[in-house]
Amino acid sequence: MTVSVTLTVNGKAASASVDPRMLLVHLLRDQLQLTGTHVGCDTAQCGACTIHLNGRAVKACSMLAVQANGANVTTIEGLTGKGDKMHPMQEAFRDCHGLQCGFCTPGMVMSACQLLADNPKPTEAEIRAGLEGNICRCTGYHNIVKAVQQAAAQA
Amino acid sequence: MYAFEYQNPSTAAAAIGSAKGDARFLAGGQSLVQAMKLRLSQTGTLVDLSGIAELKGISVAGSNVIIGAMTRHSEVARSAEVKQAIPALADLAGGIGDQMVRNQGTLGGSIANADPAACYPAAILGLGATIKASVGQKERAITGDSFFTGLFETTLAPGELITSVEFPVPDCAAYVKFKQPASRFALVGVFVAKFGSTVRVAVTGAKSSVFRATDIEAALSKSFTPEAAAAVKVSANGMNGDMHGSAEYRAAMVSVMAGRAVARALG
Amino acid sequence: MTDMSMSPMNQMGKPILRREDQRFLTGNGQYTDDIHLQRETAGVFLRSPHAHARIKSIKLEAAQKSPGVIAIFTGQDLADAKVNGLPCGWLINNKDGTPMKEPAHPCLAQGKVRHVGDQVALIVAETQWQARDAAELIEVDYEVLTAVVDTAGANSATTLVHDDVPGNLCYDWGHGDKAATEAAFAKAAHVTKLSFVNNRLIPNAMEPRAAIASYTKHDDSYTLHVANQNPHVERLLMCAFVLGLPESKVRVIAPDVGGGFGSKIFLYAEDVALVWASKRVGRPIKWTAERSESFLTDAHGRDHVSTAEMAMDANGKFLALRVSTTANMGAYLSTFASAVPTILYATLLAGQYATPAIYVEVKAVFTNTAPVDAYRGAGRPEATYLVERIVEQCAREMKIDPVEIRRRNFIKTFPYATPVGLTYDVGDYDATLTKVLKLADVAGYPARKAASAKNGKLRGLGYSCYIEACGIAPSNIAGALGARAGLFEAGEVRVHPTGTVTIFTGSHSHGQGHETTFAQVVASKLGIPIENVEIVHGDTGRVLFGMGTYGSRSLAVGGTAIVKAVDKVIAKGKKIAAHLLEAADTDIVFENGEFKVAGTDKKVPFAQVSLTAYVPHNYPLDKLEPGLNENAFYDPANFTFPAGSYVCEVEVDPATGVTEVCAFSAVDDFGNIVNPMIVEGQVHGGIAQGLGQALLESCIYDKETGQLLTGSYMDYAMPRADDLPSFKVDNCVTPCSHNPLGVKGCGEAGAIGAPPALINAITDALGVRDLEMPATRERVWRAAQARA
Ligand SMILES: Cc1cc2nc3c(=O)[nH]c(=O)nc-3n(C[C@H](O)[C@H](O)[C@H](O)COP(=O)(O)OP(=O)(O)OC[C@H]3O[C@@H](n4cnc5c(N)ncnc54)[C@H](O)[C@@H]3O)c2cc1C
Ligand code: FES
Ligand code: FES
Repeated sequence: MTVSVTLTVNGKAASASVDPRMLLVHLLRDQLQLTGTHVGCDTAQCGACTIHLNGRAVKACSMLAVQANGANVTTIEGLTGKGDKMHPMQEAFRDCHGLQCGFCTPGMVMSACQLLADNPKPTEAEIRAGLEGNICRCTGYHNIVKAVQQAAAQA
Repeated sequence: MYAFEYQNPSTAAAAIGSAKGDARFLAGGQSLVQAMKLRLSQTGTLVDLSGIAELKGISVAGSNVIIGAMTRHSEVARSAEVKQAIPALADLAGGIGDQMVRNQGTLGGSIANADPAACYPAAILGLGATIKASVGQKERAITGDSFFTGLFETTLAPGELITSVEFPVPDCAAYVKFKQPASRFALVGVFVAKFGSTVRVAVTGAKSSVFRATDIEAALSKSFTPEAAAAVKVSANGMNGDMHGSAEYRAAMVSVMAGRAVARALG
Repeated sequence: MTDMSMSPMNQMGKPILRREDQRFLTGNGQYTDDIHLQRETAGVFLRSPHAHARIKSIKLEAAQKSPGVIAIFTGQDLADAKVNGLPCGWLINNKDGTPMKEPAHPCLAQGKVRHVGDQVALIVAETQWQARDAAELIEVDYEVLTAVVDTAGANSATTLVHDDVPGNLCYDWGHGDKAATEAAFAKAAHVTKLSFVNNRLIPNAMEPRAAIASYTKHDDSYTLHVANQNPHVERLLMCAFVLGLPESKVRVIAPDVGGGFGSKIFLYAEDVALVWASKRVGRPIKWTAERSESFLTDAHGRDHVSTAEMAMDANGKFLALRVSTTANMGAYLSTFASAVPTILYATLLAGQYATPAIYVEVKAVFTNTAPVDAYRGAGRPEATYLVERIVEQCAREMKIDPVEIRRRNFIKTFPYATPVGLTYDVGDYDATLTKVLKLADVAGYPARKAASAKNGKLRGLGYSCYIEACGIAPSNIAGALGARAGLFEAGEVRVHPTGTVTIFTGSHSHGQGHETTFAQVVASKLGIPIENVEIVHGDTGRVLFGMGTYGSRSLAVGGTAIVKAVDKVIAKGKKIAAHLLEAADTDIVFENGEFKVAGTDKKVPFAQVSLTAYVPHNYPLDKLEPGLNENAFYDPANFTFPAGSYVCEVEVDPATGVTEVCAFSAVDDFGNIVNPMIVEGQVHGGIAQGLGQALLESCIYDKETGQLLTGSYMDYAMPRADDLPSFKVDNCVTPCSHNPLGVKGCGEAGAIGAPPALINAITDALGVRDLEMPATRERVWRAAQARA
């Protein structure tokens, strides 16, 4: 049995016919070829799959594709503007060396954007607490925190 | 994940009507989708509650804060009404999981799930909340004290839908969560609330289900001070013990966190 | 070597932003699971639910009939096809000279399963779901056996993990001068003794392991896309030892890889089974580990149980160190497992100190747990932990300041031959220590401690002065020590006609930023813009050869191979330029991207020389081949010896046992630094993993059943942003004396140096002798309670 889902992904209409058990992250990765959203765990803890659903950060591994029916989804690919111009948060991650292997990065950036949307001028402690749902094994978080601080200062 | 049939009704009545046999309600999915993904949970029909407007929202009526079952943790955390009436509740919701979990997870899902380490159950007992639920044509009000019956168990009947929860507004209250370092659920979470001369102290994370720490309540009714709470030696009997903390350690942390909660409640 | 310091194109030592970042930041990275091949099928492994069991029967019928199933393979199929087990890359000999035990390591279980997660069958189906559904229909009849779990008890356990390995003993190895050590102990004024558990860890690179194997009929060849740190080694081991295929028929591609930390060095059973099965099914097979599979089957790290004794004279001068260690190998020998607690461990026990005599014994044991192998630091963190903990304890017992006892015992003249077989070429340990004391504001510590005490908190300060051996390794030394592979590196410089350059390197980047650092080196040497340099790695079909990335060797060994190849390009370019400029070869100098006749203004730019090489109309064809493409293999003359001094400051809440890491300061000596931004990033990441080991992380198996209790992020505590402080990082430089870049390697330092600094700080705060890692809140709380 399949169900059809229609949603807006990165500003474009998308529709697919899916098995109800398909996770949103797999719809994005496997059917829509948006492989920037990653899967790093199976217990909803690493945050590598973070996307924005109707403007709020959620874990795409923890919801069914059908739950996103009618929704507006932004993935890391959609954060980049026209002509490959990166979002200030993406720029800040590059400027501050906030990524190494890059695997946690898309989720981390999407999560960091939510953090600043809710709290535009966070303290270091608030940034660290706000990113607790995103695990990075490479950077030790030091430069990620710096990147979020830079993005906050520029906004 | 095992295959299932998906439904997304737009009214509570329709949702209850769909909940037949082994059907499950899907709220934020933060617990249920996890369990299904790991093939720990299986269902024939999944009834998605996210399209039901009447299950969402926050209102204040008299000395109660009423929160719809499908209200997300982040909505409660950011709600001006909740922050005004019961700041401890907004605080608790703002400390559940991480920001992504809070954007999806719901009050109804959390208490229906009855995870022994979940935060909301502490507020249900700590504030003496009332849970509104419906099954078939019947609607009932369940007292917080009788709602949780064991490990992942509640008094809810099969197919019974939580519609909202009423939280009485206390004089003052606070929730202190001592996180399990890996999952970041509560290793021990203590909710303290003062209503006139009555003090309620609810503890989550420490036993197979949330419970009221009556010894601490008694001590605090005499003297509502951090020292009074921290001085109570809580018995380790029946406490959970695992690699994140022995029963003895959890018991000790109950007193420490209760003391800190009182300090915070007194602001 | 040409002098590059003057060139405007000189990029050395600059914090150039990473060239790889744009693709990662915009979601355009390409990791193995992002790749889809035509007609791809899904592979799923059925894994053992038991730690130790005999397989009585496997019934496949129901599963085979399940929808979408293409094929199911078991150990019997591999045995019938004469597919060998996995090899171990390093032979260790026992004290008596006999070789270590190398029990069979089948790619799919044969007869027995030996750890939870051991692979029993490979199911290939049209979709993941179908493969999983089918996996549940396979009926395996197990006779459950007693599990051997405990490291310390494995040798005396009555149950054998492998029937042909008595006492579960892989080897019993000794190193150093036993007699000299005993003699020194006999005349010691004081002996300090400590016992240690170096806790078992799960590496947890954020990208789970993944592989896609495909077979092409028309040329009878295989391609394996795999999340791996060293594709050539993977291919070599798989072809030569397991499948018996010529390397020319197998291409291994390691595309973008989401972190490794050692866990992706090894040849894994899944990779082999998939490659072999891809020919059987005639279609590509893709497998991506679920995180819970990674927990069960990625090679784990550490897991040592040790005792150490330090003999001192009356002034706290170290006379001798005696160490006895039991190391857990897990159920099977993983690729480099045997070398980790021996070659990479025992040889580092001198630390930064001139201890004249050292003797160490290591027993390696098999248990019913996942294989244990190299994890960030590999052996060196275990050595450093032991040395730096006991040195701190020596200071406490001798009532000497911990800084002073270190200074008193530092090695001060170089080269220095240690009693455990290494020769440190350069270093200045006093310099890093002096600098870190400032960085950490140790002078202001008493005031901070008093302030903590006022708030009912216990403050502590801990030091760690680590050394590591990197740039692994001189092949002849490694060979003499039992390595079954060479440990050089290869590089190729392909200059294109227009003067742009492609570099092919055998090193692999999975976060280290080679595409930036290596390009900085080449652009600087050739005097060309960095944009004109492309770095290619991770593909045996494109890169000539390679030994891969581990042991902080990429720049020191891989970078040097590239430098050597660039030097050959310049040498040939000089000959071409000499012809063009009508001068003698010997009169040509290469500066700022131009070949010049020395002492004149006659010159040709690099791009004109390259064009001439490919359009050889005016060219000395009688003496010189056309083209400009050079390769080099570099085998290092010695290890490199990064070293540094760390200071950790903690505040402990005695009521809860919560330890806050208030400050962490690190001063490292990595020799010359090509990109300080990247180096600092490596240090941060290493420190985070080191603090993770010491404070949070622990792989725990149930002692009875051998079930993994920390099998997900629900129970395995990964360091998160709010567990850590920002770090203070600085460096000192003593250039490595034996590679042209003067570099030593920086990838593992933090993970090596941080754990003892943290535990020294907590034990200082609590005033206790010892505390087991990880310093969980309950352990700290108990210690604080006992003290009160
Ligand atoms: C990474 C992570 C961290 C977390 N940390 C915490 C934490 O620190 N503290 C904490 O308290 N929780 C935590 N949670 C759990 C989180 O709060 C969940 O959101 C919650 O437990 C379940 O809510 P849900 O809306 O997602 O429900 P679902 O997962 O959709 O449903 C859970 C169960 O409730 C049933 N159900 C849902 N709604 C209703 C209803 N209205 N009536 C009857 N039955 C219903 C479902 O059928 C299901 O059985 C965490 C979760 C994750 C993934
Ligand atoms: S994949 Fe780990 S949280 Fe979604
Ligand atoms: S950059 Fe590798 S996990 Fe974060």
